[in-house]
Amino acid sequence: MTDARKPWVKPSIVMHRSGMVNKFGSVQRSQWQDQLAGVSVAALVEEHGSPLFVISEQKLRDNARHLLHAFATRYPSVRYAWSYKTNYLGAVCRALHQEGAWAEVVSGFEYEKARSLGVPGNEIVFNGPHKTRSSLERAIAEGARIQVDHLDELYLIESIARETGRRVPIGIRLNYETGYTENWSRFGFNVESGQAMDAAWRIANSDSLELKWLHSHIGTFVLDHRAYGAAARIVAGFMNDVEQKTGCEIDAIDIGGGFASHNALQGIYLPPEQVVPSLDQYAEEVCTPLLEATYERVARGRPLPTLILETGRAVVDDAESLITTVVANKKMPDGRRCVIVDAGVNVLFTAFWYNHQITPTRDLTGAPEETVIYGPLCMNIDVIRKSILLPPVRTGDTLIVSPVGAYNNTQWLQFIEYRPRVVLVHGEAEVSVVRERETLATVTELEQLPPHLAPTDHDGQSPDPSR
Amino acid sequence: MNARPDNPGPGLAVAHCLRETDIFDGRIVGLGYEALDPGLHLPEYCDAGYLLPYPSAGDSTFLERIALIKEREQIDALIPCLDAELPSVTRLLSEIERMGIATYLPSPDQLELRNKDRLEELAAHAGIEAPRTKPVADAQFFFECTRRGWEFPLVVKGLFYDAAIVRSPDQAVTAFKRIAAQWGLPVLVQEFLEGEEVNLTGVADGNGRLLSPVMMKKLALTDKGKAWSGITVSDDTLLEASRSLVERTRWRGPLEVEVMREPDGAYRLIEINPRFPAWVYLTAGAGHNALDTLLRLMRGERLDCEEPAPAGVIYLRYAEDTILPLEEYESVVMNGWRTPLEPHQESSP
Amino acid sequence: MSELQFSEESLLPDAATLERLALSSSGFLFDPVSGHSFTLNETGRDILKILQETRDLKALKQQLSDEYDLDSSTLDRDLLEFLGSVRDQLRRP
Repeated sequence: MTDARKPWVKPSIVMHRSGMVNKFGSVQRSQWQDQLAGVSVAALVEEHGSPLFVISEQKLRDNARHLLHAFATRYPSVRYAWSYKTNYLGAVCRALHQEGAWAEVVSGFEYEKARSLGVPGNEIVFNGPHKTRSSLERAIAEGARIQVDHLDELYLIESIARETGRRVPIGIRLNYETGYTENWSRFGFNVESGQAMDAAWRIANSDSLELKWLHSHIGTFVLDHRAYGAAARIVAGFMNDVEQKTGCEIDAIDIGGGFASHNALQGIYLPPEQVVPSLDQYAEEVCTPLLEATYERVARGRPLPTLILETGRAVVDDAESLITTVVANKKMPDGRRCVIVDAGVNVLFTAFWYNHQITPTRDLTGAPEETVIYGPLCMNIDVIRKSILLPPVRTGDTLIVSPVGAYNNTQWLQFIEYRPRVVLVHGEAEVSVVRERETLATVTELEQLPPHLAPTDHDGQSPDPSR
Repeated sequence: MNARPDNPGPGLAVAHCLRETDIFDGRIVGLGYEALDPGLHLPEYCDAGYLLPYPSAGDSTFLERIALIKEREQIDALIPCLDAELPSVTRLLSEIERMGIATYLPSPDQLELRNKDRLEELAAHAGIEAPRTKPVADAQFFFECTRRGWEFPLVVKGLFYDAAIVRSPDQAVTAFKRIAAQWGLPVLVQEFLEGEEVNLTGVADGNGRLLSPVMMKKLALTDKGKAWSGITVSDDTLLEASRSLVERTRWRGPLEVEVMREPDGAYRLIEINPRFPAWVYLTAGAGHNALDTLLRLMRGERLDCEEPAPAGVIYLRYAEDTILPLEEYESVVMNGWRTPLEPHQESSP
Repeated sequence: MSELQFSEESLLPDAATLERLALSSSGFLFDPVSGHSFTLNETGRDILKILQETRDLKALKQQLSDEYDLDSSTLDRDLLEFLGSVRDQLRRP
């Protein structure tokens, strides 16, 4: 039986305001996709529930290869260390380790996780301002590549080295003005003030420490690729300087991470395709000054320092998406439409600084309207998108939020709702669960109830008001 | 078009010049970003008017819109008149040309040269000095800057737009924070220049030649600092600087060169714009219609008009009211174009 | 689900307001009193057009059910929201 009636679209009325008149009336087409990494979104939700994180293993590997290719074609000795804090789901780490990546960790927990995933100590770069004595003891014993953040850590490592009778190779983290970024001066030793050189002197004068690496990490989501040119010049300049003054031999320069992904940072006017530099542009900026600064040492027969990359976001971000489902439509008193979805900022921390791409999973008819997308939490801050042009959606419609691979699966928190499943698409559209949805048991597992607070048979009855 | 009552864009003036060239009598389609842009509505300058998506809407939306306008209006050439749209247009040049739309524009590399933090490089090409400029990422700079040779007053500038003259560290920090919040880091600090601004416009042929140069000095300013009257001048230093810049960068397409002539006679490069200025109609008035030159270059003609326009021609800008029927406003708001189409042309949304 | 009992008087824009509105087939709506203009989508335009002819909620619902593919609870829900929004927008200075 065919129904000749027209499809119903939620009726809408939008007032024209000067300077804000919708450019194309109703001719704007909506873009949609009903598959993720070759798997039907409907089938994924049917099988694994909503919300649902979906990782594409192929995309992850392609991104890592692209990164290495961009740098290795410009500089002969490149090593990639996977930044655990960006996404330390075992499946993500293992896929990248299979691609030859070392681990870059910033805490005792991350160190343990990398070891448990089969990474040998000497392939772990150990960064961060808080390394406990016990984690340092283990890292030193296992030959990890420790990069020192402050003098207290330096002295701690030296005392461990003396106790164990070892000579410990270390790196120091540098901070400096690139002229293009705000200096993260809270991390590492400052170059301009002479602090970094003082630390290098201190290491040179130690009988149990040896300065072998220089580390820097200029910032996060750095959109001006020239900042990396400045960084490489400054770090390589410091290397030549420190070798000459203290007699050390630097064999690796770790340029850190910070490359932007194709996400739309809030407050940046132009879309990512117009402002985010390509990996090749970043690579060109880093490698050219490195080659220039090391020309002399190569002429003197010394090997080039290995260039270490800690790229996190630009590798994993667009390899993961979040499927979420519309639970309600609302009209705000100011005339804006709002949509409530089942994924909140507790699993999508990056919604605080990105305008994530929101893609419908069917061809939405009707004119796009300014819409706010709220999460399901009973919290005013739970906003997924403050403003997006979206045609009307129905409850039960699914939306794809992307890219979400960086930081969400590490910074998420269990709050009000259970955290959802994470699945990995691999091979010929095969889907594997790589993190199970939480249950009441997982959430309460670590809790303990003192006996006098334990539930009893009387529970459920009204309390005696006289007590 | 980018025409605003308080900050006129070059679009209408470009259309005005096009109307007065000898070699063009075709249709002019005005492209704008706002339903009330007069450039969409004035039939004496534009035969049709279309809204464009803002560059922030992304490349595919922009290209779809251009394709639709091409299909409906059979446009042959595109003349961007707004700084912010040039990066998109140059980046998408091959797609635009594949649609059969001609352009005459600088390359993406040439456009990048005019980034505000590359001014010194640009000035070197012009053979004159640039005002000393420093990118600053930390507001602390302003409390130490006098020790580093940066005396107040200073100009604090955003990477793309916005500038403020500041006379103390506190003023500087306030301006720094406001500008950084809107345009991001770094913020540029520039020495404050005293003197008189002189501007030049013309078209560069991509082979190092600057054609039909016209130089202008502002005669009167609005309270927003925009010129509402100016006079053609003949300034050899500006002309030579512009020629040198065009020759050494192999600039292609329209440009405006802005310099400051200081009281001691020194010249400093302020900036160059990769498009015609809002005062471009003065070129027609001075007998050097810049659009005539541009169209001839687009046709592949070989031109010799390298001599500057004569001095002493004055332009005067004025505002005028026009009537906009509700139906026309409705058409722009609902369809994104001004001209009502014949029924058989109606394309489905 | 039982049909909601709308209070017609409070839900609908008043007759004088409906009468003065200039509604075009494109969905462009102009209010000559406030000077504001609006964009309605197709469904919104149809609803106002019907209301300009008959300010009768029952007839409106019947006509919409005939023309559109939808169930009565969706219709009730969307009408409740839309008419509230229309009343509110037309009241603005």
